[in-house]
Amino acid sequence: MPNHDFVPLEALMQGPKPGLWRTPEEFEGHIEETEQEEISEEGIEFSGASRRRFLALMAGSMALAGVTGCTRQPDEVIMPYTDPPENVVPGRPKYYATAAPVNGIAEGVIVESHLGRPTKVEGNPDHPASLGATGVHSQSCLMDLYDADRAKEIIHLGLPQDWDSFQSAWQQAIGPIQDRHGAGLRILSETIISPTLGAQIQAVLKKFPAAKWHQYDPAGPHSARAAAQMVFGKPVHTYYKLDTADIVVSLDADFLACGPGSTRYARDFAMRRRQGDRLDMNRLYVVESTMTATGGKADHRLPLRYAEVEEFARELAGALGVNGTVAGNGAYQFWVTRLARDLEAHKGGSAIIPGEHQSPAVHALAHAMNAELGNAGKTVIYTSPLEVQPVDQIQSIRELSRDMNAGNVDLLLILGGNPVYNAPVDFEFTAGMEKVKTSIHSATQFNETSLKTTWHIPEPHFLEDWGDTRSLDGTVSIIQPLIAPLYPGSHSHLQILDAMLQFPGRSSYEIVRAYWSGQSGAKDFEEWWRKSVHDGLIANSALPALTLSPNSNFGTPQPLSAGGIEIVFRPDLYMYDGRYANNVWLQELPHPMTKLTWDNAIFLSPKTAKQLRFENQQHVQLIYRGRSVEGSVWILPGQPDESITVDLGWGRWHSGRAGNGAGFNAYAVRTSDALWTGTGVQLRKLDIPYPLATTQLNQSMEHRDVVIRNTLEGYKKDPDFAKQTEHEPAGNLTLYPQWDYRGYAWAMSIDLTACVNCQACVVACQAENNIPVVGKEQVLARRAMHWLRIDTYYEGDINFPTAYYCPTPCMQCENAPCELVCPVQATNHSSDGLNDMIYNRCIGTRYCSNNCPWKVRRFNFMLFQDWSSETWKMQRNPDVTVRSRGVMEKCTYCVQRIREAEIRSENEGRFVRDGETQTACMQACPTQAIVFGDKNNSHNRVAKLKAEKLNYAMFAELNTRPRTTYLGELRNPNPEFQSA
Amino acid sequence: MPQYFSRSANTFARFTILGIVAALVIVCWLGYLVVRSPYEMMQNIPREQPVPFSHEHHVGGLGIDCRYCHTTVENSSFANIPATKICMNCHSQMWATSPMLEPVRESYRTGKSIEWTRVHDLPDFVYFDHSIHVHHGIGCSTCHGRVDKMPLMWQAAPLTMEWCLNCHRHPERYVRPRDQVFSMEYTPPPDQIALGRRLVREYHIQSLTSCSTCHR
Repeated sequence: MPNHDFVPLEALMQGPKPGLWRTPEEFEGHIEETEQEEISEEGIEFSGASRRRFLALMAGSMALAGVTGCTRQPDEVIMPYTDPPENVVPGRPKYYATAAPVNGIAEGVIVESHLGRPTKVEGNPDHPASLGATGVHSQSCLMDLYDADRAKEIIHLGLPQDWDSFQSAWQQAIGPIQDRHGAGLRILSETIISPTLGAQIQAVLKKFPAAKWHQYDPAGPHSARAAAQMVFGKPVHTYYKLDTADIVVSLDADFLACGPGSTRYARDFAMRRRQGDRLDMNRLYVVESTMTATGGKADHRLPLRYAEVEEFARELAGALGVNGTVAGNGAYQFWVTRLARDLEAHKGGSAIIPGEHQSPAVHALAHAMNAELGNAGKTVIYTSPLEVQPVDQIQSIRELSRDMNAGNVDLLLILGGNPVYNAPVDFEFTAGMEKVKTSIHSATQFNETSLKTTWHIPEPHFLEDWGDTRSLDGTVSIIQPLIAPLYPGSHSHLQILDAMLQFPGRSSYEIVRAYWSGQSGAKDFEEWWRKSVHDGLIANSALPALTLSPNSNFGTPQPLSAGGIEIVFRPDLYMYDGRYANNVWLQELPHPMTKLTWDNAIFLSPKTAKQLRFENQQHVQLIYRGRSVEGSVWILPGQPDESITVDLGWGRWHSGRAGNGAGFNAYAVRTSDALWTGTGVQLRKLDIPYPLATTQLNQSMEHRDVVIRNTLEGYKKDPDFAKQTEHEPAGNLTLYPQWDYRGYAWAMSIDLTACVNCQACVVACQAENNIPVVGKEQVLARRAMHWLRIDTYYEGDINFPTAYYCPTPCMQCENAPCELVCPVQATNHSSDGLNDMIYNRCIGTRYCSNNCPWKVRRFNFMLFQDWSSETWKMQRNPDVTVRSRGVMEKCTYCVQRIREAEIRSENEGRFVRDGETQTACMQACPTQAIVFGDKNNSHNRVAKLKAEKLNYAMFAELNTRPRTTYLGELRNPNPEFQSA
Repeated sequence: MPQYFSRSANTFARFTILGIVAALVIVCWLGYLVVRSPYEMMQNIPREQPVPFSHEHHVGGLGIDCRYCHTTVENSSFANIPATKICMNCHSQMWATSPMLEPVRESYRTGKSIEWTRVHDLPDFVYFDHSIHVHHGIGCSTCHGRVDKMPLMWQAAPLTMEWCLNCHRHPERYVRPRDQVFSMEYTPPPDQIALGRRLVREYHIQSLTSCSTCHR
């Protein structure tokens, strides 16, 4: 008789120290302090209600509970079309290709439309910046479209106006300016990448030769522009091809999770990482000034202060023998010698990526090193700029502010952007605005800048009007609208400029078409246009690669100032420069390394926090160059000492209900001469409690070692290491009869080596499954509703940690513990192995969640779903139930998509093909870490992945037989680094 | 000490206790009957519509096929309520001045939809797909009844989950040949079970009773 004794629980808990920790407190062993209950005590207390009152209420609701069954369904009406559009089949969605301008640069997308309502955004597999995946911004753009706080009307001095009165006001204002050939007219725009819009602005400037065009993006690639001027003498655009890079070195670049192109970079990086059955992995070195998702993924990570990164880059360039550099003082000798050796062994197969917010010198040095290593043209591609007219944007807005303050600007047209909120404070931009006679602002939101202008014209969302833009490699996409503008007052930038050129102005469609009919060079323009719009991109429009060699103008090394604590500004991962502040999906999306929601924070290293005697979440006043803001401290493992990092894009005061007052405004202390960094920061303790809402400790895995990991060397020696961690009991160890899964057996495989914690899957899941947003207070009460979470674990020393990311959806256990404890059969097993949740049966006992080892079930403690906002109703997926209060919910493997595919295939008399049904997370994942399919067919991708040696089931010893399994994580450290 | 209660009080108490239990059971049972009554299910109640459209006249009298109006029934979950334009295909010529049809003409003129009252209204957490049922040989009249005999539309079946499951558990009792799906006159043959078993095999019909088959 085999011994079937279970391992005693105590033994499991005392077992070998797992080495994974989640917070600094946990690292130091204060586990009991951070170990909070699954449901916070504060959350369930009845405010001020006595026991007697509670019982009275309960008796009443019990009595009424039965009555609800007696109500008839209210009548519903059906409103058919009067004249149906061609090819529209009610009940079946349609899909259209378009492009999402993410910070201006295109990510090709395909948008799902239900009877004219865009409901879900997917990547366009043919588009080079997407390859079928999406980043968080394009995934969440529907929340910008349906934002109830969007600008809806043309506003003149606080009163609604129509387009005609704007045009006559315009004629009045432009009259005297026209006589002066445009002197006194200024146009301020964000970085213009759209070819049509660029051509229009240039046409306006031709008509008004004395007018001036300014461009300003607070978080744009200012350093990259400056560096291109330094080493190439002209504007140059740089992008990377990481699918052939054996060695990737990031100099403070969070290229896997942040910035335009990250979707494609993450894909190429992950594909290269899995090359040759994972035996030929690439290697990632990250030198960075704060802990990022990319840094956590690194094989070697070196936290350095912002200013030290340049020093490091100089030293590395010296070691690589770059002309014009000298070997440095050897402060980083250990790293530099080994890294240089590794790079030289992979000439032409490496890439050195500088961070967008790093200094121009770092960018210049990276160009030189890439040239020295022969990477240019192979992994590093140079093209002419994407922008229509690259300028020094800081200089540009400086001139505009100066001229406004001097009273030289009569008419100011601001196309997009929010300079009142985000212009460098020393320019006194807002004060200058007061001296402009007529100012016009056009944006999708009535924001801080709109408050200061005399006119505001609502801009249509990109899903509402025609346009065009370029992607990272220059490929042009025509932006095709999915829906007519929700608010009739909206007029695109194209239309506003067109009204300046001719009367009456044309529609955006006519403008874009007219521009491209002159540019396409096609014999049959109509065919060319239809194909380009249909495909979501203009074929062969990528910019040709340039062959350039950089000179050695790297600037002079700046001596590191000893001015105390250094401050580093970075655009927020989700808010970017602040433009997404009213997007509730992004507000509630946990940041990868902190799991913070609804707030930014002042990131401090554990050591610096100790020196300053700050606890985590201490509210402080940040004093810097005579200006100050107030924010809360967050102790971030892996943050360099004596350096704080603050995210831009928060603390908006006129963005809408979600963004107003969330976080603090770091722009308030940002000046033009120190855009990204400076020293001399003081932090003063404030006695104000300001809790930060983080989800990092919300679901506890009880300190079990959930991420099975090894080095590549270790894997080569012992390929079965992942299997050895599994202790799956014998199949007969259950009282229930075994079920034979014939037909489909839906299953998922998650590759931990590929996950880069970009959180695109989390938003995709939210969009697909009508998951509500709960707000900061409820996140604090541990009630965030995301069905899929990515757990972040740290390992190693708190100052030099590495990180592991573990996406955790419902495991769809075959022997599901949740099903056994439900008293009302609200969660059951389907014949194909799914763990079904039936909302209308659920009475909210929450026993199922108690019994779930992974804690992946979410409960609607309140009416989280917004049932009243009309615009939000339009976003809802009609194939998924909208859940109400008191109902448990969880990941369903997107069962609506599975059933749809099954029905479609049966109607066509065939089986569901591999890849035909994808879960929302799988479809969005840039790295293809998540693969879903039928595991009963051994030819399917998911079945092949599950047969890999790295495959393991989390908590296999519990004998729940989860359908979701993981592929253990591999890292590829440089063996030379271990010889220290 | 004298007895306060006579011996008959014991019997009385027993009956009272039993009576209370029985009354509770009866009340619950009656409640259950009411909740599942045709009245609650809105079964067999002709529903008023903005236009008194008669299926009896159009289907039974004129013999128009279901799919002339319900165009998407074979390839979508939703069977499509006809657009005003489909009504006007005929009614721009026939009965073109009938006052009863004024709402149709108004809708066509103004582009505003006619607001039909939904007769077969499943709860919002139920996802039904017409196409797969039609494809698997479930006739229109199996669920919708003899539409050709309905002057105003009513719901012929209770549309309870029990009723759905009855067929999902025993499809052979209801399935018919595909070419008979849209027939109103079709009556099951005496050997329905034998025919049904053959068709279930032929059409690859599975007995799907998982929750997520309908609830998502």
